[in-house]
Amino acid sequence: MKELLLIAVGAALVNNVVLSQFLGLCPFLGVSKNVKTAAGMGGAVVFVITISSLVTSIIYNGILVSLHLEYLQTMVFILVIAALVQFVELFMKKSMPPLHKTMGIYLPLITTNCAVLGAALTNVSKNYGILQSVVNGVGISVGFTIAIVMLAGIRERIKYNDIPDSFKGSPIILVTAGLMAIAFFGFAGLI
Amino acid sequence: MKNQNMERIWNGIWKENPTFVMMLGMCPTLAVTTSLINGFAMGISTALVLIFSNILISLLRKVISDNIRIPAYIVIVATLVSTVQMLLQAYIPSLYTALGIYIPLIVVNCIILGRAESFASKNGIIVSAFDGLGMGIGFTIALTLIGLVREILGAGSVLGTVVIPKEYHITAFVLAPGAFFALAVLTALQNKFKAPSATNGDTNSCGAGCGSCGEKIGG
Repeated sequence: MKELLLIAVGAALVNNVVLSQFLGLCPFLGVSKNVKTAAGMGGAVVFVITISSLVTSIIYNGILVSLHLEYLQTMVFILVIAALVQFVELFMKKSMPPLHKTMGIYLPLITTNCAVLGAALTNVSKNYGILQSVVNGVGISVGFTIAIVMLAGIRERIKYNDIPDSFKGSPIILVTAGLMAIAFFGFAGLI
Repeated sequence: MKNQNMERIWNGIWKENPTFVMMLGMCPTLAVTTSLINGFAMGISTALVLIFSNILISLLRKVISDNIRIPAYIVIVATLVSTVQMLLQAYIPSLYTALGIYIPLIVVNCIILGRAESFASKNGIIVSAFDGLGMGIGFTIALTLIGLVREILGAGSVLGTVVIPKEYHITAFVLAPGAFFALAVLTALQNKFKAPSATNGDTNSCGAGCGSCGEKIGG
C-alpha cells in the first residue's frame, strides 16, 4: 500500500508529467485559456490515461512478454490507445450523453497527446505490474490536471496585466510554466 | 527537378523550420535538449524516421484509402521508430539511455504526421524524401542550437568540455524550468523582430498538422 502511494505521489507531484517530463505540452499550452475547459480536458485525460494504463499493461504483461514480442511495444501501444479513445468516445456517446457533452470534444485530441503513450511506456520501463501501472496512470493524469488547471487560473489573471509587447502571447505562458516548474521542485524532497 | 529538391531542403531548414517557425514537436524539443549531443542525437533520429516515413507514405499514397490513412501512417511511423530505437540500443547504448522514453515518443511527434499528411501523401517519392531530409535537418539544427545554449548556460560546457568556471553556472538551465525559459526567450525574440513564427501574435503554439490543440493560445 505504501509503495502504491509513493508511486502515485511521485507521478503526480514530484515528477509532474508536464512540468518535469514535458509530455502533453500541446494541450497544456493550447487548452489552458480558462479554468473550466482546462478542468474538462484534465478530466478527459484522467479517464483516458487510467483506462489505457490498465489495458496496455494487461496486453504487455499478458501477451507481449509471454510471446517475447517486447520490441513491438511502441507499435502495439499507439494502436491500442487510438482504438481505445475511439471506443471510449462511442461508448460515452451512446450510454452517457451528458458526460460525452462535457468531455466529448477533448477525446479525439487525446490520441495524439504524448502523455498517454508516455504513461504506457513509463509503466513498461519501470517494470510495473498491472495494479502499479494503473496507480501510476492515475498519478500522472492527476498531475497533468493539477498543472493545467493551475496554469489556466494564472492565465485568467495574466490577461489583465501589463505585459511587455514581445512577451505577449506564448512567451509569457512559457515563463509562467517555467516558474511553476521551479515551484514543483519543492516537492522533490517528498519521496 | 533538381531545383525543386533543393527548394524542399531550404524550406525545411529556413522557411518552414519545424521548431522555430512552425513550433511543432515541442515535447522532445524541451525534454532532450539538456546538452548539445542529446539534442543532436534526437534531431538525427527524428530526421531518419522522417525521411523514411515520407518515402514509404509517398510510395503507398495511392494504395492507402483516405478513410484509414491516419492509422496506416501511424503504423508505418511506429515501425520505423522501433527500428531506430533498436539500432540505437545496439550501437550507441549511452545515447539510448540518455534519450530514454523520448525515442519511442517520436511516434507522436507532430512533425512526422504533419509532413505525411500535408506533403508526402500528395507528392512524388524523390521530392518527398528531400522534404523529409530538409525538415529533418531543420529540426536537428534547432535542437542542436537549443542544446548548445542550455549546455553553456547550465553546465558551462560545450560537448562536455568546460568553458565557463563553476561559479557562473545557472544550473536551472539544464533542469526542467530552464527549458521553458529558453523557449520563452526564443519566442519573445521572434515576436520582437516580427520573425515569421506560429507564435507571433495570438496564433496557436502548435501550428498546423497537430491534432492535439483544442484552442488557440490567447485567441
